[in-house]
Amino acid sequence: MTILVEQQPALIADANAAPPARDIARVSYWPFVLPAIVVVGSVIVFPWAFTLWMSLHEWRIGGAHSFVGLQNYLRLGTDPRFAEAAWHTLLYTALAVVAPLLLGTLAALIFNQRFPLRGLMRGVFVMPMMATPVAIALVWTMMFHPQLGVLNYLLSLVGIGPQAWVFHPASVIPSLVLVETWQWTPLVMLIVLGGLAAIPLEPYESAEIDGAGAFQKFRYITLPMIAPFLMVAVIIRTIDALKSFDIIYAITQGGPGTASETINLYLYSVAFAYYDVGYGSAIAVVFFALIIVLSLLLLYLRQRSKWADIGVGV
Amino acid sequence: MRRSALQNVGLAFAVALMVSPAILFFLWMLSLSLKFEVDNAAYPPILIPERFAWKNYVGVFESNRFGLFFMNSLIVTGAATALALAIGVPAGYGIARMKATKAAVVILIARMTPGLSYLIPLFLLFQWLGLMGTLVPQIITHLVITVPIVIWVMIGAFETTPMELEEAAVIDGANRWQVFRHVALPIARPGITVAFILAVIFSWNNFVFGVVLAGRETRTLPVAVYNMLSFEQLSWGPLAAAALIVTAPVLILTVLAQRQIVAGLTAGAVKGG
Repeated sequence: MTILVEQQPALIADANAAPPARDIARVSYWPFVLPAIVVVGSVIVFPWAFTLWMSLHEWRIGGAHSFVGLQNYLRLGTDPRFAEAAWHTLLYTALAVVAPLLLGTLAALIFNQRFPLRGLMRGVFVMPMMATPVAIALVWTMMFHPQLGVLNYLLSLVGIGPQAWVFHPASVIPSLVLVETWQWTPLVMLIVLGGLAAIPLEPYESAEIDGAGAFQKFRYITLPMIAPFLMVAVIIRTIDALKSFDIIYAITQGGPGTASETINLYLYSVAFAYYDVGYGSAIAVVFFALIIVLSLLLLYLRQRSKWADIGVGV
Repeated sequence: MRRSALQNVGLAFAVALMVSPAILFFLWMLSLSLKFEVDNAAYPPILIPERFAWKNYVGVFESNRFGLFFMNSLIVTGAATALALAIGVPAGYGIARMKATKAAVVILIARMTPGLSYLIPLFLLFQWLGLMGTLVPQIITHLVITVPIVIWVMIGAFETTPMELEEAAVIDGANRWQVFRHVALPIARPGITVAFILAVIFSWNNFVFGVVLAGRETRTLPVAVYNMLSFEQLSWGPLAAAALIVTAPVLILTVLAQRQIVAGLTAGAVKGG
């Protein structure tokens, strides 16, 4: 599910363009789209609507249901566990956006150079994001083990004492972010690499004539040119980090206690452990709204950015 | 611009530094999976053991349940990918030719929606239809992943195929379907490959749908491996072997098809620039 938003800028640009007035040509293509409309309608659009409807009900799996209006939403406002989960989600997201962004940009600058075996190396670099999340979560769990884990051994080699990693409330979120960063830095790298490939050579040539140093070239040419791509990466990372589930569930299940319980994990518990699907639906609706609002906010910042007219065409 | 020898060494070092977290992780995974419990519990840790515990792998393959879970994964991923291609390739064509990019906004929002929120209504629906206990619920929910991927990649693929050939075919008397089948489809084959690979990988890797919808007999491999974790917390060798077997097909596909995957993943970001 990672690829879809990458095309967002192009899409939004197209959406702003004037609609083509070829209605006669349009009609004949409907049969091609119809099966997809049926499927998307029933497995994607119908669940949206049904979730919204369920969120207005007191509804338990296996029990009766009754209309309760906005009561589930009011309950959310006074649920301390939800507030805590929301805080964990925001913290986790902030860290899991910034770290891959910095490392991914650095990696893109390196992969933008020409060197032997570049394709193979890029393939290896991309492996973490394609690997089965549960499988890698399992190995990370072993690596985090306080006594037998290889990470504490590696730390001891450089003179740092053993850490509790995911087994202590204070370090569990940063440890999970470490896994998320390991996994998703490649995606940022690929997006930024796309941006670097689109930069023309001329600005660098004239900067060299003017005697600019490497850092100045990066600061005043490269960075502004790739800024729109960085923003795309930020938006995609934000959406994915907010939704993160597999890694957290497989490594900690939200623990220890509820120290790493994000909204998504809380949603899972409410709906599929407590079978309270009415309240779970309300959480899903609010969670979805949070994702949309944050994405739109980032898109708005991106539109406003003075760099926005360079590179990706908005 | 030519690099000096010193710069070359620096670049090699930087590349090595960048790929080492991935390489070391997967090497360590391999090492864990090939060690006896004594070696896995050793301190300091052993990277290359003196004796290899091939029995960890043999144990996974010999377990009669593994064959079942593997078949489940194969059926769910296969069916969800095949259906997505059958539905999504024509849809991508239709959307590209109608220039109905606004329709794609639905797919974009689908991409933003957390997978779990699809599951609550679909779970109730499958229960009501009496489908729980079969693979059908998982195949249908996997469409939530595969259909948007295929449509998205195919819109991009068909947008870049030349219209002139199709117009020529129309003049020669071909109908819309024949144009699609004999002109547009063959040209868009690389795009179909990309859509196929990405749909397979993301469906194969999916965990959340299985964890909610799968029963004892309908688990896919990621769910089965996760369940092993809760029962065999302390036997790392067999666990790591199972984890490696589950993800190996995807890793091999990634390295073999890295060019297509990179193209598919970055198409939009690059195309916009």
